[in-house]
Amino acid sequence: MSSYNIINHEYDVVVLGAGGSGLRAAVGLSEAGLKTACISKVFPTRSHTSAAQGGISAALGNMGEDDWRWHMYDTVKGADWLGDQDSIEYLCKEAPKAVLELEKYGVPFSRTDEGKIYQRPFGGMTKNYGNGIVQRTCAAADRTGHAILHTLYGQALKHNTEFFIEYFALDLLMKDGECKGLIAWNLNDGTIHRFRAHSVIIATGGYGKVYYSATSAHTCTGDGNAMVLRAGLPLQDMEFVQFHPTGIYGHGTLISEGVRGEGGYLVNSKGERFMERYAPNAKDLASRDVVSRSMSIEINEGRGVGKDQDHVHLHLSHLDKSVIENRLPGITEAARLFANVDVTKEPIPVVPTVHYNMGGIPTNYKAEVLTVNGSEKTVPGLMAIGEAACVSVHGANRLGSNSLIDLVVFGRAAAKRAAELVKPGAPHEEIPETETQKCLDRFDKLRNAQGDNSTAELRLAMQKTMQSKCAVFRTEKNLEEGVNEIRKTYDGMDSISVKDRSLVFNTDLVETLEFDNLIRQAVTTVDSAYHRKESRGAHAREDYPNRDDEKFMQHTLAWCDGKDTKITYRPVHNSTLTNEVQYFPPQERVY
Amino acid sequence: MAQISLPKNSEVNKGKYFKDKTGSKNIRKVNVYRWDPSTEENPRIDTYEVDMDNCPSKVLDILNKIKNEIDPTLAYRRSCAHGVCGSCAMNMGGKNGLACTKPHAEIDGDIDIYPLPHLRVKRDLIGDLDGLYKQYQSIEPWLKNNSSKDTTEIFQSKEDRAKLDGAYECIMCACCSTSCPSYWWNGDKYLGPAVLLQAYRWIVDSRDDERKARLKKVADELKLYRCHTILNCTSACPKGLNPAKAIAEIKKMLATANV
Repeated sequence: MSSYNIINHEYDVVVLGAGGSGLRAAVGLSEAGLKTACISKVFPTRSHTSAAQGGISAALGNMGEDDWRWHMYDTVKGADWLGDQDSIEYLCKEAPKAVLELEKYGVPFSRTDEGKIYQRPFGGMTKNYGNGIVQRTCAAADRTGHAILHTLYGQALKHNTEFFIEYFALDLLMKDGECKGLIAWNLNDGTIHRFRAHSVIIATGGYGKVYYSATSAHTCTGDGNAMVLRAGLPLQDMEFVQFHPTGIYGHGTLISEGVRGEGGYLVNSKGERFMERYAPNAKDLASRDVVSRSMSIEINEGRGVGKDQDHVHLHLSHLDKSVIENRLPGITEAARLFANVDVTKEPIPVVPTVHYNMGGIPTNYKAEVLTVNGSEKTVPGLMAIGEAACVSVHGANRLGSNSLIDLVVFGRAAAKRAAELVKPGAPHEEIPETETQKCLDRFDKLRNAQGDNSTAELRLAMQKTMQSKCAVFRTEKNLEEGVNEIRKTYDGMDSISVKDRSLVFNTDLVETLEFDNLIRQAVTTVDSAYHRKESRGAHAREDYPNRDDEKFMQHTLAWCDGKDTKITYRPVHNSTLTNEVQYFPPQERVY
Repeated sequence: MAQISLPKNSEVNKGKYFKDKTGSKNIRKVNVYRWDPSTEENPRIDTYEVDMDNCPSKVLDILNKIKNEIDPTLAYRRSCAHGVCGSCAMNMGGKNGLACTKPHAEIDGDIDIYPLPHLRVKRDLIGDLDGLYKQYQSIEPWLKNNSSKDTTEIFQSKEDRAKLDGAYECIMCACCSTSCPSYWWNGDKYLGPAVLLQAYRWIVDSRDDERKARLKKVADELKLYRCHTILNCTSACPKGLNPAKAIAEIKKMLATANV
């Protein structure tokens, strides 16, 4: 049995993660008078929200007529009808309020001639239910995520949010199916902390780092998702992994969809604007899964550019110099640094790159975590928001600029719901020591691991498997190989090696704990993909090329105990939240 | 003559030498500052021979290579890997910068990697930025607009918005402040270029109603006027911003406005 001194804390609510959604929730909770702790493994402004570029969607109508119902239709269609329409209605209806709130917090949005928030066109965003392009994506140049994250951190400071920074969360504390708090390790001094809370809000982001090439930060390891799996709860729709069409070839750095929004376009080795063939109306502004697939087909059929013909070109040198300077300064810098390209003269080499996880912790539109035990029910004391959550508003494919709005709308919703559920200062129940002990045993075992497999080697093996077996196009054979291969890597954990035994900023151990989190999500992702025998959104099966609404208009739920998974399904919600809008029945999805 | 001596534990010793095991013909020596607070030992410089044939172009790639292939105990912060999160700020080849955007080809000879200068070190390349973060909070980095609680946005002209360019992009990496000799001496009282740039960002935001109060708050012998226009800050900024100019603008506003 491992023994560590434990420092105890009691809070009304604990928010885990300090990116866009976590900070927005923390601000709302502080406003509601709840004693709130916000725990993060990185300083808040280091969170991956800072990397979001193009913008945040909301039907403000600053650049021509718009309607939240149009936004809702686009999101439903973008999601390939796997999104829950009650949640999507909530997202799109609340979006304008949430953006105006950000503006009042001080976000430095770009402006129109009239001084209003500037909005740009983005993939899949249309007017009048698919009839023409709309400008709906509110932008702060091409640094919108950065601007929002820093502003939200400022608001959290204004509200004196209590931060626990550079604390690495280990596990949730569960009792009789309810969440009672969590355990975290303070990297600064090596101490172990137990937080009791009436509500834990998970806002830990995505897990892009299960793949080899991703736009995701090194820290995008889905720690909260893995904590949920270890707590015996399911993750939802994990097979839906978004490949962003334009990651810089060879490096993976994101080049915003805003480039195409401002008039940039993709070209193959023959100099063709090939998107005209795949999406005659939306062209380069079709939704991301469609563009990424089209690029992959061009490359697979020998029309890629470069020595190995394995990428395509993104042209923007024809754009007005002032557009590049004022609206795309960040990607100009990124292209120079990571592709050695002057965008005013040359195209950027790009390739579809893992970018976003539509799947995650299942929740309802109030951010309460769901599980299925006979029927759909909420997990008391547990909420999830942001990329970690699967509300599900993005369904099988997220539209660009819908993630930032997801963060603030559901961050806000979580705070509201917690304020309804939690009475400030209510006493805390005792939690059995066994929960704490279980968590610390895992921690201690990894800390003292003396095997032969380095964490870096195992991580690389996992990333290569995911990259080759669970990519843009998938087949039964490929996925089956993936299912087996990823388990071999999982078995490698039995003989993992950690060289550093110390407790202060032991980043060897941090990376090992992160790997332990990643590998569980890799297993659920490839298993979920194997079992979904249809093509929908980002999940493209060459052997099942069509969408199968009869069998698969359902969310995948995956439980994972070690390398054993259990896959079940729950129906997609087939009604809206109110009668202000009608349910959008499934249609063929063409752009 | 006066004798100045440093405490014994501040001496940096020669550390371990990690010889190349790949047999590569293209080796560079990388000297890295190491210190582990859980031991009683002095800081040391470990030297790693790194195979450059299989190493991408940035200093962060070297560090990742060392951590993944040679020595997993090396501790440093890193996250986004493309210059927007500000985690991997450190001193490389004698200059502050972001490891993820700094090409190692720009450094001649052996590559020396140290934490940001003049910070308390938490471990290895991880500096303590808590003081700087507190100073950031002290300038109240949030919009103070008393006029509108209604639902419409606050209008801002393109020209007014343009005043924020060059200021809002700051990633708080602290490369500037930790390159500033004035901040080295008076870092507890002088706000330093990073925080003053942020103070400036809110002072010039046309939507903010507290411009005068904000100016008054920084108009202090120590908080502001310890800037002696050395300009190390501007030369250090990995985002190409100009904190020195922002500080000069604040001084100018104070000299001309009736605060």
